[in-house]
Amino acid sequence: MRRILQWVAFGLAAAAVVGWLALGANRGWTKTTVTRWQKDPVTEIDGPVVEKKFVPGVDVLAVGLAGALALFIVSLFVSKTKNKPVT
Amino acid sequence: MKKKLFCVLILASFGATAPAAPIEFDFKDPKGVNNVVFKTDAPLESINGVATGISGKVTFDPDNPGAVKGKIVVEAKTLHLGNPMQKEHLHGDKWLDVAKHPEISFQVETAKNAKTQDNVTTADVAGKFSLHGVTKTISVPVTMTFLKDKLKARTPGKDGDLLVIRANFKIKRSDFGINPGQGEEKVSDDIELNLSIAGAAPRG
Repeated sequence: MRRILQWVAFGLAAAAVVGWLALGANRGWTKTTVTRWQKDPVTEIDGPVVEKKFVPGVDVLAVGLAGALALFIVSLFVSKTKNKPVT
Repeated sequence: MKKKLFCVLILASFGATAPAAPIEFDFKDPKGVNNVVFKTDAPLESINGVATGISGKVTFDPDNPGAVKGKIVVEAKTLHLGNPMQKEHLHGDKWLDVAKHPEISFQVETAKNAKTQDNVTTADVAGKFSLHGVTKTISVPVTMTFLKDKLKARTPGKDGDLLVIRANFKIKRSDFGINPGQGEEKVSDDIELNLSIAGAAPRG
């Protein structure tokens, strides 16, 4: 059981880091929209185009890593699985 | 015959030299290109947002750009931030309180140091800036670009002119009663505003 919890903790930490890196490694807060700038050819004004996109920030990364750490700590208090003797 | 021709020439020359009347430009932009970007510093990252709900009218005379007059209004609830919690806080009663103060506006009163080169005029425009229910007189460096007969290129089928206004300036949120003296370790007192707007003056 301990080993399983530790593997889950490791998986959660890896998923948090990989997901954060894959979705832009945003070192700010999490965003649910991003603004793209598009130039108007006549006025040459850069106009905003707001698009829905989830960009995890360091808050999501921190929650993922904290969850993984909590699981790991819990695993230390769980007794190791003992093999039952075969009768 | 000679007399008629003389009259026509006189009228034509008068028409050619008569000063152009001031033109009224409407800044309501259905394309949503007109915008105000605001930036302020915070510990983790600078807070950058944009507002697009812009309206207002400006009277501009290409022959006398220093006589510019008008008012630009920004609908406060259109201020957008990428982080939904920050946006909610910004719109809330502790910050902009957009329910109580739905408009941010700038009423142009005077323009000084107007300098024109080709179709571009720079000037220091002073006027009344209203934010969060507080109105203060401020002076803002402005660039105005007069695009004669360019409306058709932007809005097919409509003849007319365009006026592009750009302005970059800073204000202090404490001057406008937005959480004065509070939370400056989290959100800076200085707010940088970058205005980029185009107004249309259709003819006929």
